[in-house]
Order: sequence, then C-alpha cells, then structure tokens
Amino acid sequence: MNRLTHLFNTKKQDLLNVYFTAGYPQLSSTVTIIRSLADAGADLIEVGVPYSDPMADGETIQQSSMAALRNGMTLDILFAQLAEARRATEIPLVLMGYYNQVMQYGPERFVRAAREAGVDGLILPDLPVYEYEQEFRAIAEAHDLQVTFLITPQTSDERIAKIGTLSTGFIYVVSSSSITGKSGGITDTQKAYFARIAALDLPQPKLIGFGISDATSFRTACHYANGAIIGSAFIRALKGEEDVAAATKRFVEGILEPVS
Amino acid sequence: MTKNLQIDVDERGYYGRFGGAYIPEMLHPNVEELRTRYREMTADPDFKQEFDALLKDYVGRPSPLYYAKRMSAHYGTNIYLKREDLNHTGAHKINNTIGQILVAQRLGKKRIIAETGAGQHGVATATVCALVGLECIVYMGEVDIARQAPNVARMRMLGAEVRPAKSGSRTLKDATNEAIRDWINNPEDTHYIIGSVVGPHPYPDMVARFQSVISEEMKWQLQEQVGRDYPDAIVACVGGGSNAAGAFYHYLNDDRVRLVAVEAAGLGIDSGESAATSVLGTEGIIHGSRTLLMQTEDGQVIEPYSISAGLDYPGIGPLHAFLIDSKRAEAISVTDEDALAAALFTARTEGIIPALETAHAFSALDQMEYGKDDVIVVCLSGRGDKDLAAFTSYLDRLPEE
Repeated sequence: MNRLTHLFNTKKQDLLNVYFTAGYPQLSSTVTIIRSLADAGADLIEVGVPYSDPMADGETIQQSSMAALRNGMTLDILFAQLAEARRATEIPLVLMGYYNQVMQYGPERFVRAAREAGVDGLILPDLPVYEYEQEFRAIAEAHDLQVTFLITPQTSDERIAKIGTLSTGFIYVVSSSSITGKSGGITDTQKAYFARIAALDLPQPKLIGFGISDATSFRTACHYANGAIIGSAFIRALKGEEDVAAATKRFVEGILEPVS
Repeated sequence: MTKNLQIDVDERGYYGRFGGAYIPEMLHPNVEELRTRYREMTADPDFKQEFDALLKDYVGRPSPLYYAKRMSAHYGTNIYLKREDLNHTGAHKINNTIGQILVAQRLGKKRIIAETGAGQHGVATATVCALVGLECIVYMGEVDIARQAPNVARMRMLGAEVRPAKSGSRTLKDATNEAIRDWINNPEDTHYIIGSVVGPHPYPDMVARFQSVISEEMKWQLQEQVGRDYPDAIVACVGGGSNAAGAFYHYLNDDRVRLVAVEAAGLGIDSGESAATSVLGTEGIIHGSRTLLMQTEDGQVIEPYSISAGLDYPGIGPLHAFLIDSKRAEAISVTDEDALAAALFTARTEGIIPALETAHAFSALDQMEYGKDDVIVVCLSGRGDKDLAAFTSYLDRLPEE
C-alpha cells in the first residue's frame, strides 16, 4: 500500500509535513534530514528537488536550491539518497519539483525511479490540471504515485471540485496569494478562506502550506485542515548549521511543543 | 488583408507541440481571465480604434520602409529597412505595450509590472503607464542595469520603479522570474505586461498580434515601392522573438517568403558563452511555455550569454520554436564581435546606429546568399543610443583608421 494512504487512514489530524531542499546545506544532508525528521515526529516529508528557476518559490528556497545545485545535486544522486533513507524509515516521502525536470528525465522513467527509491507522492506546481490529464496522469496512476494539486484563495469552487477528482494524494491548500517563504501570522481573511475550504466536501486530506512557520501558525492551520506544511522556516533553521541532525530535531520539537 | 493562416495557435496556446500554459495554480485566475477574454477584447471596434489612433498619433506609425541604397549596393541585392527604430521610445516594443495597457485598463488593473533586458521594453512600459496614469514596476537584472544605464534613467524619469533581479545570471531570465513572483504575490490589482512572445498562453499569441502591425504595414509599403506585397526574405533578430514575430506574422503561410531568425552566438556557439537557443536548446519548459531552451540533461536552465541584453535569454518564443522545428524559418547565429562590426557598418553606410540586438540581424546578411533582384526586408527593431558605451569601447580597440 502507498505509505501516504496508510498514513491518512491511520492519522486524521495534526499531520506535520516538513519540506526541505534535497542536498542542502550539504549534498549528503538529504539522508540525515529525512531520518531526523522521522525520528523527531514529522508525519510526512516533502523533498524539494532543487531547480534553477523555481518560479513559485521565494528567496529562501531559491537560495537553498542554488546551493544544492552548486553542491552537485542531480536526479540520479537524489534517487540514490532517497533509496538509502528509505532503508531506515517508512515515513511517507513526497517529491516537490518543477515539470521540466520530470520532462527531461522522461515522465515514465522519472516515476519508476521515484517509486523504486521509495517515493510515495509528487507535487509539480507548474503542471496544471489540463496538461496533467494530457501528459502525466496515466503514468502516475499506473505506478501508484500519488499526485497533489494546489488550491489558492483565488481558486473557484468549481475548479476545486475538479482538482478534487484529480488529486490522488492530499490537497495542498496554499494559505495566501504568495510565493513560499512569507510569514507573519494567519489573518482573519485567511481563516475565512480555510473555513470555506473545510466546508467543501473533498475526499482527500487537506494540508495548509505557505506562511506556516512556528508552533502557533501550525496549530491554527491544524484547526482548519488535517495538518500543515512547513518549508522555508525549516530551511532558515538549517542555514549555517554544522549539526544538521540536532538542528532538525530542535526545529520539529519547537513546532510540536504544546502551545501555552 | 490576411490569408487564412494555417500556422496559428490553438485554443490551449499550442503551435504544434510548443506553447501551452505551464503555470502554478496561483497564476491560474489571471492567466485564465486573459485567455478567455483577449481575442474578444482586442477585436472590439472601440479597442481597435483606440489602439490604431495611439499607434498613429503617439507612436508615429506607420514606420517607414526605407530602401537602403548603399547597403544594397554592397550586398548586390535590394535591402529594405523596416524602421521600428523611429517609433516613439526607439524600438518596436511600444506596439505591444500600447496594446497591453489598453487590455489592463479594460481588466480594471491598477498596477503594472514588467521585465526588461535591454531596457527597451521597460521604457516602453513606463511610457504607457505614464500615458494612462498607472503605477509601474520594472524588474531588470543587475547585470543589465549596469550595461543599459541610459534606459534605467529613462524609466526613472518616466516615474517607474526599477527593481534589480539578483538571482541566477542577473539578466532577462531572472528579471522574468521576479516579475512572475510579483504577479503571484499581487493577483488582484496587477497586470503583467510581458515584453516578448514568451510566457504562458495567451501571451505569445497576444504579443504577436500586437506586433503584427509591422508586417501589416510592410504589405502595402512593398506594394507601393516594389509592386508586389511580399519580399523574398525577412530578417529579424530573436531573443524571445517579438519583433521577428511581428515582421513574420502576415507571411507565416506565404512560402514565397524566407523567414530568417537571427540569434546571439555570444562568444561563439561552442564557447559555453552563448544564447543561440535553436542550436543549443532542447525541448523543455521555461516561463510557462513548452519551447526550445538551453538546459542540462537534468532540466536545469543554462545561463545564457550575449553582449546584447535583449538577446541574452536561454529560451525562444514557442512560435519560433515551431517555425524552426518545422523548417518554416531558418536560424542564423551571430557572435558579439560580428554584431559590433555590423553596427559600425550600418552606421557608416546608411547613417543609422542600430541597437546591438538589431546589429545581429544586419550581420546575418553576411551569411546569406541573394539574387540581384531579390527584395530583402531587415526589421530594424531598435536604435542604438542605449548601446553607445559598448560601441565606444569597440571603437577604442579598433586599429587606427
């Protein structure tokens, strides 16, 4: 069974999904970070595939991606690292990258390699619904790679319903109209949007991402959805850290600690 | 006016297999609004009337089609120059920004963003924003801000804010990334005026249509001057490819006309410092469009290089990818050195200082063959005032004349 399915069947609330950029801060950090996140209590992990032109990402992830590429990260190295991490943990792994990377590797080859390395899901923010149906859906479904789509405050209910029929993984609820990496709390407007999404009858679990950066915003997001995704705040916590394992543990504990 | 074009974009924005709209969900509402409304909006008689009047009275169209007598004698053929350099603001870019500012007004947008390489599109955008009184923010690579200083000053004079793009190669590609990110962050009140036939559908088609005034005028101008409404060849430089798209547009299906797209070879095709996408590129996705681009096996975009900021781009518009892939257009590449020499030759043969971008198109004439009765149109896309620093340093290192 796909590990994401198993997770969503067994845990319905307070799911913590942590994003990091593979190959950052060191090329070899990937395996350490996955193991440390799993040990510290993350429920699933989003592995960012570093890309030269990440148009949906803010400065933090742009910089970690450039650093990872300078460290020498490639798709073949990444798949080998993921296979190594997979021998140590059963935590669900979701890749997040850009469609050009999949296209150049070859969609079929990419999906096979990802599944063989123990990857459970995939997020390609620049592969929209129409192109997904035309070019990628059959391949992903044939290999049980679960695909997640994003919805935003501007996404119409009609389009959300369509996305609900196509998403095989969770639904990624983008918290605000922005690129990644902004923080500053959750506003009342956002809460109204979360409530609107929560009221829609979607079959998939919903995770809120973008702008979730600490224990308080994580709790708030979990109130409206099945869980939340933290990315840029974790990348910032890793910056300049010698002991990546300790920094990862500290960060996750900070998110999961009871809010007083 | 137009024949029934077979070469056209489909409803989803594809020319053959090139084009489309590979965009994050965050951009979907804006791009979808444009996609569903741009044709009807621009076909509206009120829109056309306003567009045509501004092109005539504000831009100064029609731009002349000028017979370059001494250049023709040099090459032993007949060379005509389509004088887009004589437009207000000094390049073809204003044809598109006039059209898009009218679109932005009809969409009720209050804030305009743009990317720019050489600064010509930035100036043209700042100009139309001043014209209608809208806020204007132009993203420009740090490297380009340094090498195109006169245009940065013009944008500031016109009231635009120039924001430096500091990522990647700090040139046009990165300015485009930053503009896209701005649009994601400001989805309600902002229109993004893309400056070339690149980006997600409907931009490549919309920009090509606004620029198509170039070949629309060429038809009647050639009829008047040479007695037939088509040339034997059209030569235009291609970065993203908007002046070429406009110059080719009404001849796309006329196979009597050779279409020649001229790319920047930088220091040479095999030097590792180049922007010749049709030679060095493979099929992939950049800035929301499936097209040819320079990339690694892993799909990482390769940083391009050209002395010309307007051609320093690792991709090419999907229309041009289709034209080159289907052999409808031929691609010629020209090095920095050859472009500089061609700029000097054009200045001293015809008394016209072309933009460095356009100088690439002039240099391509050296690589072509002609009959003496042929009619060749070069799209003189922009004037070279902005490039005087590069020309001066070139003159300084020439041997004593």
